[in-house]
Amino acid sequence: MNSRVRGRWFLGGLGFLAGFYALLIVGLLVADVGFTSWGECRAALQSEAIRHSIVLSFVSCTLAALLSLIVAVPAGYLLSRFRFRGSRLLDSLFDIPIVLPPLVVGLSLLILFQTAVGQWFEGHVMEMTYELPGVVLAQFVVACAFAVRTMRLCFDGIDPRPEQVARTLGCTRAQAFFRVTLPEARGGVIAAGSLAFARALGEFGPILVFSGATRMKTEVLPTTVFLELSIGNLQAALAVSLLMVLAAISVLILARVFGMRGGLL
Amino acid sequence: MSGRPMIDLLDATLGAGSTRLPRISLQVPTGSYAVLLGSTGCGKTTLLETLCGLRPLHAGSLEINGQDMQARDPADRGIGYVPQDGALFPTMTVRQQLVFALRIRRRTIAEQEQRLEELASQLALRSLLDRRPHELSGGERQRVALGRALASKPPLLLLDEPLSSLDDETREAMQVVLAEVYSLNSSTILHVTHREEEAQALSSLIIRFDSVLSAGS
Repeated sequence: MNSRVRGRWFLGGLGFLAGFYALLIVGLLVADVGFTSWGECRAALQSEAIRHSIVLSFVSCTLAALLSLIVAVPAGYLLSRFRFRGSRLLDSLFDIPIVLPPLVVGLSLLILFQTAVGQWFEGHVMEMTYELPGVVLAQFVVACAFAVRTMRLCFDGIDPRPEQVARTLGCTRAQAFFRVTLPEARGGVIAAGSLAFARALGEFGPILVFSGATRMKTEVLPTTVFLELSIGNLQAALAVSLLMVLAAISVLILARVFGMRGGLL
Repeated sequence: MSGRPMIDLLDATLGAGSTRLPRISLQVPTGSYAVLLGSTGCGKTTLLETLCGLRPLHAGSLEINGQDMQARDPADRGIGYVPQDGALFPTMTVRQQLVFALRIRRRTIAEQEQRLEELASQLALRSLLDRRPHELSGGERQRVALGRALASKPPLLLLDEPLSSLDDETREAMQVVLAEVYSLNSSTILHVTHREEEAQALSSLIIRFDSVLSAGS
């Protein structure tokens, strides 16, 4: 076998494996869409409980994404631009929510708010366990880790020289960051916010453990899928799933359009 | 030319790791166009960044325009810095880059407009004012970087290999621009390069990097 033929076999092998996975994903989506109809989806979406879950999901995910950005932009910048004692440890620490089993995140939150500090917070600031703010917190814990990772990659890709020049032109560190670096990172900020929103939207385990699955209260979209499946209402579960698929694809397109192809998206 | 040097770096240790430079001394007279000549990778950029305050001075002393610089932020040193690649602000138009230093210093709109007009005329940037860096050629980018550094009329201008990435024709045109900038502005210039002919064409004083190193020891 000459080298040209071997090259074709190699490329063919790559194409076969990548194509298999692409077909699997397309198959999943097509099967979902083919299994239901517009009428059944509309009927499911008219349920008051499901409408409440849709509104709560979009509000809580938006809040979780905004909170994630407030933390992720400075944290990503700090990790990208500065080397200090413990910076590697901090970098690894921010990855823990990504690799931790979701149920463990929920259980850990539950235990945190049983400690003296947690109890004080619930007594004096706001109640979290099995309450609405707890839903946002459970979503934030995981979503923020993804946002930090995205922002770090974004700042890694931005040349620090213009920022340094800005400091010689009269800027403080903060002015150089806000006037020069942050405008350049706006694509990354949108990608990080979108990713945080998408992660928050899919969050189920931590919310189930920390906030419960109370209808018309702490029920978000993944909880709805779980509750509808548990009572055998496959059509309603599928309708809500398709809504989440639609939201996830929209977020993916948004992030790709704003050029974070090298990141987690 | 006054007696006091614009740059007075004495027995300085700067840089870190493989770019560490021990016991460097450098004096640049006020009002001169000095060219620091040294081979690529010898530490010229490290030296400029230390003068700007972007890198710490580990030992020795640094005075610029007669004032101790050790505790000063890069913003308060009165230095215009043009890095090798220009390092323009990617999201800003040429107009925004040229008035950047004045906006930070909260100068009036009238002052900004007047300085913009002077720089655009001096550096032939009038037709480029609404363009962004990715729409500029190499020579145009260097002219904008130069104008941005000159905007606040700093007493000292540091140029890091400003002509190295340009083709021969653009380089010659840029040398004329630098000579004009020197004659029209009252800044002292320290220009770093590895090209002997560039040093001969522009400078009133050539300093070899080897002498800077040995001067301190």
